[in-house]
Amino acid sequence: MTKNEQHWEKTRGLLFITLAIWFVFSIGIFLFGAELNSVSGPFGYPLTYWFTCQGSLGIFVILIFWFANRQEKIDEEFGFAEREE
Amino acid sequence: MKGSFIDNLPKVYGIYTGGFIGFIILMAIGEQMGMTAKAIGICFVAFTIAIYAIIGWLSRTAQVDAYYVAGRQVPTVFNGMATAADWMSGASFVAMAGGIYFKGYGYMALLVGWTGGYVLVATLLAPYLRKFGCYTVPDFIGTRYGGNLTRLLAVIVLTVASFTYVTAQINATGTIASVALDIPFQYAVYVGLVSILLCSMLGGMRGVTWTQVAQYVVLIIAYLLPVFWISNEIGAGFFPHFMLADEVARIGELEQQFGFVKNSAADLATVPKGLAGITKAHSAVNATPWAFISLALAMMMGTASLPHVMMRYFTTPSVKAARKSVGWSLFFIFLLYSSAPMLATLSKLSLIDPTLPTGIIGKSIADVQAIDWYQNWNAANLMFVSDFNGNGTLELNEFFMGGKAVVLATPEIAGLPYVISGLVAAGGMAAAMSTADGLILAIANAISHDVYYKMIDPKAETAKRLTVARVLLVVIGFAAATIAAMEIQGILGSVIWAFDFAMSGLFFPLVLGVWWKRANKEGAIAGMALGLISGMAYLVWVRNGGSGFLGITQLTFGIFGAAVSLVAMVVVSLITSAPDAATQRMVDNVRVPAGKSII
Repeated sequence: MTKNEQHWEKTRGLLFITLAIWFVFSIGIFLFGAELNSVSGPFGYPLTYWFTCQGSLGIFVILIFWFANRQEKIDEEFGFAEREE
Repeated sequence: MKGSFIDNLPKVYGIYTGGFIGFIILMAIGEQMGMTAKAIGICFVAFTIAIYAIIGWLSRTAQVDAYYVAGRQVPTVFNGMATAADWMSGASFVAMAGGIYFKGYGYMALLVGWTGGYVLVATLLAPYLRKFGCYTVPDFIGTRYGGNLTRLLAVIVLTVASFTYVTAQINATGTIASVALDIPFQYAVYVGLVSILLCSMLGGMRGVTWTQVAQYVVLIIAYLLPVFWISNEIGAGFFPHFMLADEVARIGELEQQFGFVKNSAADLATVPKGLAGITKAHSAVNATPWAFISLALAMMMGTASLPHVMMRYFTTPSVKAARKSVGWSLFFIFLLYSSAPMLATLSKLSLIDPTLPTGIIGKSIADVQAIDWYQNWNAANLMFVSDFNGNGTLELNEFFMGGKAVVLATPEIAGLPYVISGLVAAGGMAAAMSTADGLILAIANAISHDVYYKMIDPKAETAKRLTVARVLLVVIGFAAATIAAMEIQGILGSVIWAFDFAMSGLFFPLVLGVWWKRANKEGAIAGMALGLISGMAYLVWVRNGGSGFLGITQLTFGIFGAAVSLVAMVVVSLITSAPDAATQRMVDNVRVPAGKSII
């Protein structure tokens, strides 16, 4: 495998992990919206309600920063990172 | 000041923010000294627009790079703020809390969709398109797949989606300007348009970038300040986001107590157009999983296909910065979006809880009709009560409000000084203007760069190219304003359609362009053309009484369009020949952050 292919394989792996987490918090939990809403969530809000107004949104923010850092590490590992100017 | 403009950005915008807060305080003092509500409203709107116009003037440029991509030097955090302003439209600012107020959980799919989409932007597209080094989104499609037809189709999809979106924004600027300046809507629309063009015409993307940052500051202060203030005013807690659980539960109790009484069609016919009553539970799950998920999914894929957002990431200094910048964008969006449900909760509770001094449910109809704020908002056609059952008391099902009133009227209802209402008007104006700017620029740039420069006159000189771009900007702006003045469709409905159009035609051609080397020109043509056509056909069908299938509605027709687009693109790509070696190398290059850009 060439260096490019290895780099792309790792990049793709990271994509799948990121999208899996994204799927859970954007779609997965809402499949069970009615059931989860009877559970008390953070700050005492009904759980599904909390996810729609704060939880999922906040998790997406953190997820993107986490993804960006991981991708930077992958790029550096293969020497594909941009040089600082 | 020492150093370049970019180095001084935090200082410049710090001073600006301080100045704006000073202005708010000045207005508050003015109010105490007897300034009229109308004068305060005019001052707020006029002052902020003047600032944006000055920034637009200072950002004027004669360079192609600055005009199209702000010289590719916008720092991560500032690009995040600009994107957030670009993203959060008049609909987000004025209509979102209202939608949550009326529809509850089912509506909040939009919150999830309009934020979750950024994960797709960050992982699938933004860094790669930044590496590509294109000026516009059709520039990527045209270069990756080759040929003028792909480029033209991308321009068409972009124009359909963005134009649908921009008329709604100009409509919103018109609504706010007509209220704040007290002029007829038909003229207010053009006041809004001229302010929008002032920001973008001279400086293109550079002007839009720096005004958008300024507009973000105004809109976020204007949104958060009332939410926190009202929460404290009615004793709900000093930090509403963490402290409204009791209020949410209390609304649930009141809903039980009042019940959702259904009004007869004859009674409803007497309610002014555009107003609605509370008919859905506030925090209970009141939508089927698929209704919620399909709407969220459509909005997420639409987010990742809307060119005016994507092109903001062309302005960052590097690929790495583009990725981080998506995170910052979403953070700044999160600040407002997570506050919208809190505002809806506070607004609803203060209106319907009979134990609060502001509560009107259970009061006599005559008393409610005598309240000052009721009279004001009734006159503005945003509030209405009627004694359907003739018992003389206001019931939950007898109270109607316009969606915009949640944001615009709640400060007044909760007894906040008028200066807050003026601030909210300025914030709504900033939100609508910043989005309209981004959209008009996206359309004008695509036509001037991709159609005029790349297809009609590739030898055009810089000065001529920029003149064409500016003329187009004005023409498109006026076309959009003319349609907006006709008031054909509501603000929110057309915004959602824009997402569906964009995802129908562009989502898979963009994503597969990076992630599937085998995708070729023929496939892209089929994907864009069939995706957009089938999406539109589905919309027309459902609008004309068609039953639809799989629960796909006129708000989520993009799911159908995008599915057709995917199938068409894969099938056609596979039965035609693979892209040539040069194109394959180009894709390899896009996937590596280091090195020169492709174009």
